[in-house]
Amino acid sequence: MTESVGRVVLVGNPNTGKSTLFGVLSGLSVRTANYPGVTIEKKVGRLADVQASVELVDLPGTYSLSPRSPDELVAVEVLTGELPGEPDADLIVCVVNATLLRRNLFLVSQLLELGKPVIVALNMIDSARGRGLSIDCRRLSEHLGVPVFPVSASRREGIEALKEGILTSLRQRPEVKPQRPLPQRFYQLCDEFTERLRGATKVAGVTLPSRYLVERAIIDRDGEAQRQLLRRFPEIGGEGIEAFRKRIEGELAPLSDVECDSRYAWAKRHLEGVLADGGTGSHLPTERLDAILIHRVWGLVIFAALMFLIFQFIYAWSGIPMDAIATAQDFLGERVAAMLPPGTLRSLLIDGVIAGVGSVVIFLPQIAILFLFLAILEDCGYMARTAFLVDRVMGWFGLSGKSFLPLMSSFACAVPGVMATRVIENRRDRFATILIAPFMSCSARLPVYLLMISAFVPATRLLGGMISLNGLVLMAMYLVGVIVAIPTAWLLKRTLLRGEPAPFVLELPEYKLPDARTVLARVWEACLAFLMRAGSLIFCASIVIWAAAYWPGDHSRIYELERQIESAQAPAGTGSAGVEATEAEVANWESELKAVRAQTLEGSLLGRIGHAIEPLVRPLGWDWKIGVGALASFPAREVIIATLGTVYSLGGDVDEESEGLISTLQAARWPDGRAVYNVPVALSIMVFFALCAQCVSTLMVIRRETNSWAWPLLSFVYMTTLAYLGALITFQVASRLFG
Amino acid sequence: MLTLDQLQPGQVGRIARVDGTDGIACRLREMGFVPGESVRFVAAAPLGDPLKCVIQGSRIALRGSEARRVAIFEIEASQSPDAVGVVAKSIGYATAGP
Repeated sequence: MTESVGRVVLVGNPNTGKSTLFGVLSGLSVRTANYPGVTIEKKVGRLADVQASVELVDLPGTYSLSPRSPDELVAVEVLTGELPGEPDADLIVCVVNATLLRRNLFLVSQLLELGKPVIVALNMIDSARGRGLSIDCRRLSEHLGVPVFPVSASRREGIEALKEGILTSLRQRPEVKPQRPLPQRFYQLCDEFTERLRGATKVAGVTLPSRYLVERAIIDRDGEAQRQLLRRFPEIGGEGIEAFRKRIEGELAPLSDVECDSRYAWAKRHLEGVLADGGTGSHLPTERLDAILIHRVWGLVIFAALMFLIFQFIYAWSGIPMDAIATAQDFLGERVAAMLPPGTLRSLLIDGVIAGVGSVVIFLPQIAILFLFLAILEDCGYMARTAFLVDRVMGWFGLSGKSFLPLMSSFACAVPGVMATRVIENRRDRFATILIAPFMSCSARLPVYLLMISAFVPATRLLGGMISLNGLVLMAMYLVGVIVAIPTAWLLKRTLLRGEPAPFVLELPEYKLPDARTVLARVWEACLAFLMRAGSLIFCASIVIWAAAYWPGDHSRIYELERQIESAQAPAGTGSAGVEATEAEVANWESELKAVRAQTLEGSLLGRIGHAIEPLVRPLGWDWKIGVGALASFPAREVIIATLGTVYSLGGDVDEESEGLISTLQAARWPDGRAVYNVPVALSIMVFFALCAQCVSTLMVIRRETNSWAWPLLSFVYMTTLAYLGALITFQVASRLFG
Repeated sequence: MLTLDQLQPGQVGRIARVDGTDGIACRLREMGFVPGESVRFVAAAPLGDPLKCVIQGSRIALRGSEARRVAIFEIEASQSPDAVGVVAKSIGYATAGP
């Protein structure tokens, strides 16, 4: 491994092809994590195919370095080298969209104020040429005082020259004088202010923020830089800063005008003689497509059809790999069973480890397929249009159009849905979306609904046979989640996630063919992030639940029976057949095994808790067995069916369509002879499952995406509470209606 | 004075000012909504909001509430070829050579 020669930070506006360029520059070496304490993604790679080792950091796309949230402040601090624990950036590569050069220079003008070496990568140079724009890169470079490299990341043009430029700059370490695009007087006054702060640093024992962030604290009213400054120098007070602003504004003009006038004037000056517009009908293809794709009728029709197709594909395509994973899990279990005698180790391996790993891996097909579609939609430019089309509807409950796809995805599975919220750059909107996403009825709830509906809801047809009651109840269950999610989002946005409304100012990028590499890289990142971060925790949780269902208990009879059954079933002549048994005997042993298993589960920690909470679940119309089932399915809700199978001593191998389980449930009786299950009980169970946070994977993904334990905990508590209340109301109301 | 949300589809206005100093106003300025710039209102979303417009060569979607902050002081002749085409068709004007 060669010695590291430096750290390069990539920054740029959204829709500049920055992710594609990052992918091309870094090859397959990308790792993702979060910066400590915030939710912005830290994407790190290494410059590929060069002799030296150069670290490459990708920052989220941004229009400016004017931080308005803690997350945006972190992004600025990465650039200024102020983030604790992060090495200073040696070089900033600013990715600029060549077709929107003037607006992109706003950000460039801020970067040049930092006094760090900067390289401009003029990306999408091919589309600029295509629409007749000619850009004099040499002159632009002279004007800006930094190297400018024309590149096309999607066509892999100019990449070698850019890499060479990066290495040259890192070796030479040029001395850089910060540029001053704002009026001279502004900087003079800011220096005066800084001197005052410097006097206070000795008293307060705090460090002064960088010059750039002090200036931001003055320019951005109520921005994050101001909050940071006030945290360090509380004695100045918001009034102190405001008084100083008034002084500057008295001499110059309102600060926001000063900044934008100066920067756009700066951009205009620096573009003189650089840009020649040949004017060949600019972006007509995109306008033509938009005329259809956001049309008030056709736009919605195409949108609905596309969403429908995507979910069809998720269901259709993920079925095969998911079955394969389940088969592999069974196969592994059998191999282990063949190698180990019945005992604790075997149970740990099969019911704990293999089942635990299986419960993680089973999500991968859905994650991969969903992210494949999301990445294609995003890369071709349609994603922004979906936000545009549905923003009004999402606005009714305090969210924006950007929340739509993550929520829609959550109907397949909340895990990729929560991961997909990364497209929402506003933290409060993003968290509100994350917190309501698990209310969308995911595919794991479907088996529970199907079991309860087929067992207890009469197959009546309404409206002269046009509508089946079963279908109606199923739809109602899907609606329950949505109906609860709306006021929850509304409430969250007014309490915990209150704040300045998020701007819905969204660039609608040019349509283009998706870049295969960028798309596959996103799928790969999503899968890896899920496996590495959430997977380990899901695995641990599965082991804990296995242990709670296993201990305390005497398993010797179970093992004895298992041994007897296995040796009786072993093919004759293998030498192990010590026991001769008739089929009737084996059947007897099997039914005894099921009964003993049920007893052991009842005596285990989980079973005891189930008994202990029986008074709590009685008002829901449940007996302790349903209580245990609900408890055991907290790691993953689909477990309920296998657990009910176990407590009703049917063995673990049942599914929602097994006649045995349905008839057993229908026959279950309270001690006084009443049926345990009836329509109100079935409804109460379904409502409970519709609303409850019974999915460790989702909670762990929430933990990962919010970078804190508080949010998954909150999510767990309020979802469980709502589920309980919902089930309670459902049972009480329904038993009065139907009872 | 007119605001951006009052333009008709296809109309082009010249920006007088953007109101406010909060995050939304800042974002609008960063994205090119600055005094003197021309902005063309293209179309509204199917439910009437947000609005799509073109400024400095980029297509921006913004909500009506945000567009209300953008004051327009002058409406330029429509530059939209589509709108011209529609008008020409509606008055039965066959496209003739120059």
